[in-house]
Amino acid sequence: MTRFIDLTLNGISTGTVYAAVALALVLIWRSTRIVNFAQGGMLMFTTFIASAVINSGASYWVGFVVALLSGLVLGALVERLLIRRVAGAPPLNAVIVTLGLLILLEAVAGMIWGNTPRSFPPAFSIRGYDVGGTRVLFAPNDTFIVLVVIGVAALLGALFRGTALGLRMRASAFAPEVARLLGVRVGRMLTVGWALAALVGSLAGVLVAPSVFVGPNQFDPILVFGFTAAVLGGLDSPYGAAVGGVILGLALSYVSGYEGASLVTLAALVILLAVLMVRPGGLFSTTRERRV
Amino acid sequence: MSATGEQAQTGVLEVDGLCTDYGPVRAVADVTLSVEPGRVTAVLGANGAGKTTLLRTISCLVPAREGRVRLGERELLGSAVEDVVRRGVAHVPEGRGVIGELTTEENLRLGGLWRGAPAEDLDEVYELLPALRERRRQPASSLSGGERQMLSIGRALVARPSVLLLDEPSLGLAPLISARIMELVRRLANERQLAVLLVEQNARSALAIADRGVVLNLGRVVADADASELADDEDMRQAYLGF
Ligand SMILES: Nc1ncnc2c1ncn2[C@@H]1O[C@H](COP(=O)(O)OP(=O)(O)OP(=O)(O)O)[C@@H](O)[C@H]1O
Ligand SMILES: [Mg+2]
Repeated sequence: MTRFIDLTLNGISTGTVYAAVALALVLIWRSTRIVNFAQGGMLMFTTFIASAVINSGASYWVGFVVALLSGLVLGALVERLLIRRVAGAPPLNAVIVTLGLLILLEAVAGMIWGNTPRSFPPAFSIRGYDVGGTRVLFAPNDTFIVLVVIGVAALLGALFRGTALGLRMRASAFAPEVARLLGVRVGRMLTVGWALAALVGSLAGVLVAPSVFVGPNQFDPILVFGFTAAVLGGLDSPYGAAVGGVILGLALSYVSGYEGASLVTLAALVILLAVLMVRPGGLFSTTRERRV
Repeated sequence: MSATGEQAQTGVLEVDGLCTDYGPVRAVADVTLSVEPGRVTAVLGANGAGKTTLLRTISCLVPAREGRVRLGERELLGSAVEDVVRRGVAHVPEGRGVIGELTTEENLRLGGLWRGAPAEDLDEVYELLPALRERRRQPASSLSGGERQMLSIGRALVARPSVLLLDEPSLGLAPLISARIMELVRRLANERQLAVLLVEQNARSALAIADRGVVLNLGRVVADADASELADDEDMRQAYLGF
């Protein structure tokens, strides 16, 4: 029973990170109908930047903020310099561009920082809480992870629901042509959208880095998990992404704990395939038709 | 965000020698017409006559091949689509363009964001179209066809335009609702001195409220006359207007 509780707690913590990656993917998908395969590479790159900052002697928090800011900038640059060029082209072009960017970022990171994974400090202690004499698999750092992801998601929600910028962004995502006729600078909104999504991605990067280490390919599984979580939640829905992330975190934690860690990636792929076959609109899809 | 500092134009909307191509297809061919403030010009014609393309060219959604579109002193062609509303032209597109994922109120607010419209401006629309007030918090996707049409017109009004481009506002509406929309259009032209370019399949009801009628066929203007004159022209009705 304690094992089950441990695995559940652990699943919640990793699940919130998957939720953050899923959220980054959903924000892009909603506004551009592009699956950003480069997201894993982008968050890898910004985590490397944070790592370099921290290794140069700055505090963890400086590295943390630098990661988020560089995510913001990287996201905006990617949209301006690459994605804008494939807008309106067949979807395959965007797929190839994002995959190409992934490979490019991994190569450049390897050239700058080397291919040997390096450690990354956690924000807080990773010694599990002591509950009634037993140490549970949930530490102050996990509390931080859960709270900061919830906090950022809530901020984003408030931005989208409660501000004029958010209204413009949603209008641009749902009906770009109508938005333009109403005077919304849709191109600018897309840039902001990519910047925000990449910020959420880089948050996930620094949060997960202590457990996966930082290396050019260390974050590839995170992208798969984030994508699976996003599909679980329905790709179009930020709430779905959040819930999908936690469900996936729990499922993979149980698989890892009861069946062995080597099966985790396979399990994620099985879940992904199962959802795509049985409920391609996501677990929470209603019968409402999907906009394509 | 406030308006970009440039003044929205008022004055006569003048379309002069306008041509629009889709590849080898000329969808709008040498169209010339004008609409004065406070007047309604109906643009009529069969499916594929080029009515929608005419409006889309005026709001810079498709590039013109030749010709000019002026509002008052100012050339509109060549603007970014986002700037067309800033120059005083509101376009209610075919199929109404209501954003179903947003609420009624959000749709309305969107219409005034570019000029930083205060909340009172929405009240003005609610007074004009009370049905919208009751549905302000509902997703626009839950509105009826007539309500959606009112919403998209209301949303255009929040922009305080001087020109209103309407693409088939009565499409798919029951005759009674359609008549109310037409009345509304007439009222708006009169009370707000709007220049209205009204594209319609339903020639009879459009001509009933319009000042002028322009008939397009294969992209060309085949008639441009007083609305009443056109409505009485037996040959025109037979050949192009279908009533
Ligand atoms: N995006 C496009 N690409 C190529 N051809 C187009 C495009 N849009 C319209 N056309 C063609 O241009 C011509 C004019 O079309 P348009 O939509 O302007 O007509 P319309 O008068 O609005 O018709 P309807 O009454 O059916 O709305 C038609 O021959 C149409 O097939
Ligand atoms: Mg049309």
